[in-house]
Amino acid sequence: MSLTQSVLEGNRLALARLLTQVENNSPEGRSALAELFPHTGKSHLIGVTGAPGTGKSSLVNQLALHYRKNLDKKVAIVAVDPSSPFTGGAVLGDRVRMRDLFGDSGVFIRSMATRGSLGGIAQTTAAVVQVFDAAGYEIVIIETVGAGQSEVDIARLAHTTLVVEAPGLGDDIQAIKAGILEIADVLVINKADRPGVENTERALRTTLELAHPTQRVFRHHGQAMTVAGAVTDSKLWIPPIHKTVATEGKGIIELAASIAKHAEHLRNSGDWAARDRARLGSEMEALLQETLMSQFFDSVPQETYEEIIQNVLNRNLSPYEAVKALLNGRAPRQE
Amino acid sequence: MTEKKIRVLVAKPGLDGHDRGAKVVARALRDAGMEVIYTGLRQTPEMIAEAALQEDVDVVGLSILSGAHMALAPRILELLKANGQDKVCVFIGGIIPDEDMPRLKEMGITGIYGPGASTEDIIKDVREAVQ
Repeated sequence: MSLTQSVLEGNRLALARLLTQVENNSPEGRSALAELFPHTGKSHLIGVTGAPGTGKSSLVNQLALHYRKNLDKKVAIVAVDPSSPFTGGAVLGDRVRMRDLFGDSGVFIRSMATRGSLGGIAQTTAAVVQVFDAAGYEIVIIETVGAGQSEVDIARLAHTTLVVEAPGLGDDIQAIKAGILEIADVLVINKADRPGVENTERALRTTLELAHPTQRVFRHHGQAMTVAGAVTDSKLWIPPIHKTVATEGKGIIELAASIAKHAEHLRNSGDWAARDRARLGSEMEALLQETLMSQFFDSVPQETYEEIIQNVLNRNLSPYEAVKALLNGRAPRQE
Repeated sequence: MTEKKIRVLVAKPGLDGHDRGAKVVARALRDAGMEVIYTGLRQTPEMIAEAALQEDVDVVGLSILSGAHMALAPRILELLKANGQDKVCVFIGGIIPDEDMPRLKEMGITGIYGPGASTEDIIKDVREAVQ
């Protein structure tokens, strides 16, 4: 029986081995992905991102427990941690927070390192997620560290993106950081038992209001003024704010309900298909780029390339002219 | 094809809570370019075997300072084999009396490291074992 067949039949060892092939981008991995792709498209992909120390892993642990115990859905967790840009190694420690999930064959946790990818997810994370989708894991949670533009990467991949905050981490600024509100479908204030949670909530709500203004009436010097806001579109999703204490399991059921509501909203508004298109589109583009570049460099002899670069360095050619020359397949005459 | 990374599970089976050594080794392996799945304290042999399977690791590193190695090691080796993971190499670091070492090697433990062992040696041995 092929590896792919075993995976489709629920063999966990085969699944683990296939994930490795896919992560290493091996020929076997690529052909398996082609075989599995028709079986994808059934899972709800949930991205969880946020600054380090906000309790994402504990939150994911609790969400997974809820999906298993209360909804009997199979859950896959992809926990991504950064690789060292200097040594290429990584310590992947998210499993430490997920002890409660042990012994349940309906859960599969896989730790991944970013391996040189600059975003919060690895280049192969999308492929790994597809394998879990094909293998029948109805919920796939992708957990990443939010840093820089990595939140955008996860938002492209997931159907529903959770951004996790925690009180006392300088959140007033965090809350208005560009990117968070553009990508968050649900905002979570974890560690909500800590002091400062009201400030965090207030900062988030204010920023949300600025992004999604609704009609408000101001009492200004005794005169009522109607402030027109954005057109109330029934298709508009305004990210709810949830307070949780993940280590105690507080607020999880309400959070899961919002996630489910978001999925419903996506399906009803046609956004689910739109996001799938965007996700698969950007995956295809990345592959196209990689393949075209590799094909191109295979067709250009190293000496030609070196000669052209030297011409650019000597200011004989502008980079634009150099590219034109390369694409025309020959080195231009020197002045 | 991307360069293959060595994936190592570092775990502390049983109840002993001294994890400094395990953390030092985890960092050393990371600095040597490996991917270390650190599972932390109070792992049962079953949890270790399950994690080794899901993460498809090449190596399992056990930190045992409690003296329970003669019970824990064979159990973990047995579970790895039962899961179809007999190619995984198991290393033990911690407090292992000399007289227990031959028996552990016989069982299938690839390397044993006591206090004062060098991380360079561990890294070299792990690389060799995975070849």
